[in-house]
Amino acid sequence: MGNKRNVYKIYPIEENCMSCRYCEVACTMVHSQSQDPVKAYKLENLIPRPKVEVEGAVSLSVTCRHCKHPFCVDACVSGALYQDENGTVHLNEAKCVGCWSCVLMCPFGCVHPNLNKRYTFKCDLCEGRDFPACVEACPNRALVYDKER
Amino acid sequence: MLFKKPQVAFYPFTVIRDPDRCVKCKSCVDQCSFEATYYDEDYDKIMNKNENCVNCKRCEAFCPTDAIKVVPNPSTFHPDANWTPEAIRDIHVQMLTGAIILTSTGNDKPYKNYFDHLLLDACQVTNPSIDPLREPMELKTFLGRKPDRLEIDEDCVSIKTTIGKQLELEIPVLFSAMSYGSINLNLHKAMAMAAEENGTYWNTGEGGLHKSLKKFKDCTIVQVASGRFGVDIEYLETSAAIEIKIGQGAKPGIGGHLPGEKVNEGIAETRMIPVGSDAISPAPHHDIYSIEDLRQLIYALKEATNYEKPVSVKIAAVHNVAAIASGIAHAGADIIAIDGFRGGTGATPKSLRDYVGIPIELAIAAVDERLRKEGLRNNVSLIAAGGFRNPVDVLKAIALGADAVYIGTVALLAAGCTQCQQCHTGRCAWGITTNDPKLAKRLNPEIVAENLSNILRAWKHDIKEMLGAMGINAIESIKGNRLRLRSIGLTEQENKILGVLPAGM
Repeated sequence: MGNKRNVYKIYPIEENCMSCRYCEVACTMVHSQSQDPVKAYKLENLIPRPKVEVEGAVSLSVTCRHCKHPFCVDACVSGALYQDENGTVHLNEAKCVGCWSCVLMCPFGCVHPNLNKRYTFKCDLCEGRDFPACVEACPNRALVYDKER
Repeated sequence: MLFKKPQVAFYPFTVIRDPDRCVKCKSCVDQCSFEATYYDEDYDKIMNKNENCVNCKRCEAFCPTDAIKVVPNPSTFHPDANWTPEAIRDIHVQMLTGAIILTSTGNDKPYKNYFDHLLLDACQVTNPSIDPLREPMELKTFLGRKPDRLEIDEDCVSIKTTIGKQLELEIPVLFSAMSYGSINLNLHKAMAMAAEENGTYWNTGEGGLHKSLKKFKDCTIVQVASGRFGVDIEYLETSAAIEIKIGQGAKPGIGGHLPGEKVNEGIAETRMIPVGSDAISPAPHHDIYSIEDLRQLIYALKEATNYEKPVSVKIAAVHNVAAIASGIAHAGADIIAIDGFRGGTGATPKSLRDYVGIPIELAIAAVDERLRKEGLRNNVSLIAAGGFRNPVDVLKAIALGADAVYIGTVALLAAGCTQCQQCHTGRCAWGITTNDPKLAKRLNPEIVAENLSNILRAWKHDIKEMLGAMGINAIESIKGNRLRLRSIGLTEQENKILGVLPAGM
């Protein structure tokens, strides 16, 4: 267990997730210009970064795992995706050329193509915000923001 | 093909969705457990099947953009005071099913609520009121048999009389019996956690105690009902008290039926029955046909647990409740729990829920009066149950003669319940009265336990404030103190039964 990095991540708690999708809507809202959920979806055409996966009674919110060896960074042809010194995986939208290699490589399906704007988007752990919005929005404590486990 | 049966055509509720606000996140689709909402790919729209809507308001609560309102169907039957929509729909249901109409929760008919006709007293000038935030105020309540008199030692300090085992409550409010099966394990756990934290008790109901909750032994009342589910010596010993359930306010005189499809592995193991088999509680206890038989069971349980646990007997409030309670006191019970006709249930025939039994207010007054007259009141503690909504109801019941109060529906409401009366379907969208793993996980025991603790804490403060206003600093002093109550809008006969004076006297 000694090889855990000093990086914070969002962890889903499967047994608490009730697939209400508040994480999705909260994410879309805080990443919008308007900071309004309806406008974010309807006017800004934004898409949520977490995805609630539901299969019968099993449900959980899947977001970027900020892998130790991120395949998306390996795959990136333009250097848009990079890992910072903490180990968090970031995307520089200006550099992204929209080749979707990262989309194909992510084993969790957590990098999404934005077809309108020709660049990818993924969880940025709510950069510039105190706390990830999805974790804050979850009504059943099914998401925790914690050090790498 | 296109013909709709009346039951389907004249649905009572309708879901209104504002297309300007709906972002198609599909939260409502996933939250609805009654299939009243679905996503149509061709239209790329969320659509409704209003005939399935039960007005549980889960979709409304979880819509992140406030796009949904569940409203009564604006299409109404012709106004008729006799043939109300409910009366018409009941006929529509029975003409199709040929069966009893099943329902759940408590009596929803507009009977007179006597609590709403009782007023509390307060101090002015001649006797000082008390500020509970500055002065000590005690809500501690002991439930169990009290001795007839105390014998004091020669040193004039020590008490020679030995007092039987008592339940010690920090607040005179306990969680009512709701079985594992009728509700799920998450709520059982939440109630146990809240009871432990707040110095009160929770009741397992008749479905046994899940092994994971044995650690809550000291705040658990275990129930022994006519089905005897989950009862063995370990169960009886893993408790603070034992309750024999004779009846339930929502369905006096009938038993219970947990359908086999609800009996999953956890419930089967706890109830000690095979997975998937119906759990049927007979209407009577087949070994109790008289007070003498009840006495045998009470003493069998006491004997089995070495006289270490108080034994309670729970009955529904029915017409002759005072005489029955007197019999139970004679039979050796330490606590009598009386459940009024507004008490809730997970499943009951509608006719029994709505028209059988009597209000708890009258029952408590009558029982307290009778036990006092017979000199038995100190032998038993009285727990009132059935329809308690707030701390004022609790205080009024105590003033009428109860020692403590059971709350069931309040606990469900604190878990999210909206009283949509669908418990019996096992599809509770709030994850309360269901064991479907997808739905049951909607209850996070930690969150519910916090809500329950908040309720108890709030009620504690409320009761203290009201006692303080009356100049009383211990709940003991209001117990059976009907002089601090006045009635308003009641008849002379009702005042006589309640033992209270009308306002102004």
